Amino acid sequence: MTPADLSVISPLICVGAAAIAVMLMVAVHRSYVTTFLLTMTGLAAAVATLPWRAGAAHHPLPLLVFDGYAALFTGLLVTAAAGSLLFAFGYLRKYESNREEFFILMLLATLGAVVLASGNHFASFFLGIELLSVSLYALVAYPHKTDAHTEAGVKYLVLAAVSSAFILFGMALIYADTGSMVIDRIGPALRGMPLRGGDPWLLAGLAMMLVGIGFKLGLVPFHLWTPDVYQGAPAPVTAFVATVSKGGVLAALLRLFPPGDIHTGSSLFFVFSAIAIASMLAGNLLALLQNNVKRILAYSSIAHLGYMLVAFLSGRSQGGSAVTFYLMTYFISILGAFGVITVLSAPGREMESIDDYRGLFWRRPWLAGVFSAMVLSLAGLPLAAGFIGKFYLIMAGVGATLWTLVIVLVLSSTVGLYYYLRVLFIFFVKQPEPQGPVAPEQAFSLSGALTLAVLTFLLIWLGVMPAPIFDLIQTVVH
Amino acid sequence: MILVWFIIVPAAGGLLAWFLGRMNSTWPKWVALSAMVINLITGVFFAFERVGSTGPWLAEIQLPWVPQLGIGFFLATDSLSLVLVLLTALMGIMAVASAWTEINERTGFFYFNLLWVLAGITGVFLALDLFLFYFFWELMLVPMYFIIAIWGHENRVYAASKFFLFTQMSGLLMLVAILGLYFVHGRSTGTYTFDYMQLLGTSLSPATAMWLMLGFFIAFAVKLPAVPFHSWLPDAHTEAPTAGSVILAGLLLKTGAYGLLRFVVPLFPVAAAEFSPVAMILAAVSILYGALQALGQTDLKKLIAYTSVSHMGFVLLGIFAWNRLALQGAVMQIICHGISTGALFILVGALQERIHTRDLNRMGGLWSIMPRMGAAVMLFSLASLGLPGLGNFIGEFLVLLGAFRASVPLTVVASLGFITACVYSLWIVQRTFHGPNREGWKSPDLSIRETAVMAVMTVLIVWLGLFPQPVFTFVNPSLARLERIAAGSRHAMQIDGPITAVLPAQAFEAAFSQHGECP
Repeated sequence: MTPADLSVISPLICVGAAAIAVMLMVAVHRSYVTTFLLTMTGLAAAVATLPWRAGAAHHPLPLLVFDGYAALFTGLLVTAAAGSLLFAFGYLRKYESNREEFFILMLLATLGAVVLASGNHFASFFLGIELLSVSLYALVAYPHKTDAHTEAGVKYLVLAAVSSAFILFGMALIYADTGSMVIDRIGPALRGMPLRGGDPWLLAGLAMMLVGIGFKLGLVPFHLWTPDVYQGAPAPVTAFVATVSKGGVLAALLRLFPPGDIHTGSSLFFVFSAIAIASMLAGNLLALLQNNVKRILAYSSIAHLGYMLVAFLSGRSQGGSAVTFYLMTYFISILGAFGVITVLSAPGREMESIDDYRGLFWRRPWLAGVFSAMVLSLAGLPLAAGFIGKFYLIMAGVGATLWTLVIVLVLSSTVGLYYYLRVLFIFFVKQPEPQGPVAPEQAFSLSGALTLAVLTFLLIWLGVMPAPIFDLIQTVVH
Repeated sequence: MILVWFIIVPAAGGLLAWFLGRMNSTWPKWVALSAMVINLITGVFFAFERVGSTGPWLAEIQLPWVPQLGIGFFLATDSLSLVLVLLTALMGIMAVASAWTEINERTGFFYFNLLWVLAGITGVFLALDLFLFYFFWELMLVPMYFIIAIWGHENRVYAASKFFLFTQMSGLLMLVAILGLYFVHGRSTGTYTFDYMQLLGTSLSPATAMWLMLGFFIAFAVKLPAVPFHSWLPDAHTEAPTAGSVILAGLLLKTGAYGLLRFVVPLFPVAAAEFSPVAMILAAVSILYGALQALGQTDLKKLIAYTSVSHMGFVLLGIFAWNRLALQGAVMQIICHGISTGALFILVGALQERIHTRDLNRMGGLWSIMPRMGAAVMLFSLASLGLPGLGNFIGEFLVLLGAFRASVPLTVVASLGFITACVYSLWIVQRTFHGPNREGWKSPDLSIRETAVMAVMTVLIVWLGLFPQPVFTFVNPSLARLERIAAGSRHAMQIDGPITAVLPAQAFEAAFSQHGECP
């Protein structure tokens, strides 16, 4: 380890150091605001020290590779984590029990996601996945006095542990066959595998890893935990699961199979296409049946991951840029959506039924306006970032002539519009006359309001002026 | 720069209206009205200033937007676009006027949506970068959805969702087609661009051209609407508030016609020519089907909605006949249908505001209490049935004349639509205003505001019926250019497939030009 190496991995160090510092501080003196500020400082330092210019070639590390791509994803993940934390700050204020440990867990989970984005070895890959998952077990059940949260936490624990076991077994099989655990070296062996007659050990190992990754991403048919955990987890943690956790695993997937390496006709292409189609259809169709906003967003996230797979499969640099850009727009929209849910909720009293939002626009116009903008973005309508994102995805798909996938994307996203419209419409419905005394509307935290304002600004900025971000992504991907 | 203002004025007006609506419920009306009046006045001045200018565009603006993907901010107008922009401003004023007393709740948000639909429509008429076009195409949907879903009538949510899903679905198909064209062009020339001017004349294999053309065609046929893509229209028109119906019938349908004129035929001339028999059959079916459906309605608003299907069938027929007469007719029909149907929707809205029903069976004898309204309904019904002397006649007659050169049987079938049009138009007047006033309706006649609106529309429809020539002279260069572009790309592909003339039509043309109608 030379000083140059250290400077390259400084974002990891910042996040890890912040976790340790918070842990020590909690042991000495409990202060909610100070803990929060310390956490945010750690995350800000991580973003500030991103090694944009350090190429991977100059600093080969045994387990990690910090290229531009890792830097971009680290920045994205850490920022999204900071966003969730800003919402959590106001949310947890209403929580009576110990609150400071929440930040330690969030920092550790973020560290796991960042390790995933920069890992170049099965060891770091697994380390990242476990850091992320184990922290999330506790986070999902964080307000532990509520049954719903605990139930979701246990559910997530059981299923995530099984999926980790799958990944571990898969890695073992692949290692046994190829004799290497470095992702760069294993990749070529996996990608070229034909649809029939491949090496059975390798195939079995790959299948097991895909089960694990599919689970973490919430793709069909490994999606069953998604709606329950989204619903059961406290809103800021759901925002974290939807963004940082999935984003980290997606980054690892892109690392494992850089865009363009999956040949049409290979077994991988076939499997991913099937998963993408199933996810797009199942996610959008099942969301139609829901009456809970968090569950609707959960199913829609299944569909959105399916959309991203279309661009992922389209290959070439365009596919990679499209996935990255879409992930950004998705992060903004989903963070904003869960942000609004968070500022309206409190521990043990989540605003999640669709009826809770009836007439929101006439009661809380700004919040409803922000939520509408986020929903419009998820639906892919213009002026919002999601419009450009969806356009870019379809562009990548058409460019690679993946007609089946593109047509399924078009059809299923039209179905998807139906439930987005339903949510939107609920905001604008005339409210029934209140029965009996009405609880006064709660003021929400300044940090939440500011974060929402920033997210809305970013949403429109990316929707209207995406050119600078395209530049950034293209320099990173090439 | 003026082109950007055409879009910015309503968009900024919308934001202002929303903002002011939080304080006062009358200010948004005035903001909306002034925004559209500003657009109309600047548009008219601009038209007079640039009339007879020889360049390809009367004005254009081209800025880089997302250069990495070849997307530019390219707005341009020729006389055809300008006429439609003027129509947008005019119908916008009419829509604001018709909503003046009808919309009393959440006026700020209502006028925000209204102005943003108008901004989106103006953008559609001006955009010449295919991505930008798609952007505006989608932009006009959401506010229209809100207008129907929030301020509509009984079954509004169903109607609004149906409208949205139909147009969104077809819009995505168009996007896929746009991207297909983009990649084919990029691979053959090395320049990846969405610029309309550069994409013209892209050489395509016949099968590719047909698929891409169908992607565009379906999107525009849904908007137009042509049978079998029309089923959203009766619901949306019926459930929308008056201003919404005016915008839908007067402008939104026209974006489909404009798209066919500007994009489908010039970009894919060969495929469009091959497809034209099918499109013309769809047009003839739409004309008859819409008219027959109209005959069966008892809901007055739904009746008028179905007549739109019929009248827009003429536009489709004219565009796919693709000769000068038919195109002039189609443009005329676009303008006149906007005015006459818009006026009818305003009148029905005014009627419903007074007697709270749209059921024809409960009406009758209203002439005695509302003679001014009766006269206005009479006039626009006559326009709708194609009475000579009113604008619609010129449009439909020229379309039939042009279509005759392309296909005699279809022209014969289409002209049957005139008979049914007579029946339903006269029916509207007879069942509403004549006969005994069985239910004992009592209500005030048209107010000064409503009378003024009707007076403007009447003057326009009569003027267009008696002196259509200035309009033709104005749009002719654009039509000639579109024809040249289509012929040029067809020639470039080394396939000469003009739409076959069935009869020596020059005789008709000569006879017609003697009457001074056609240059």
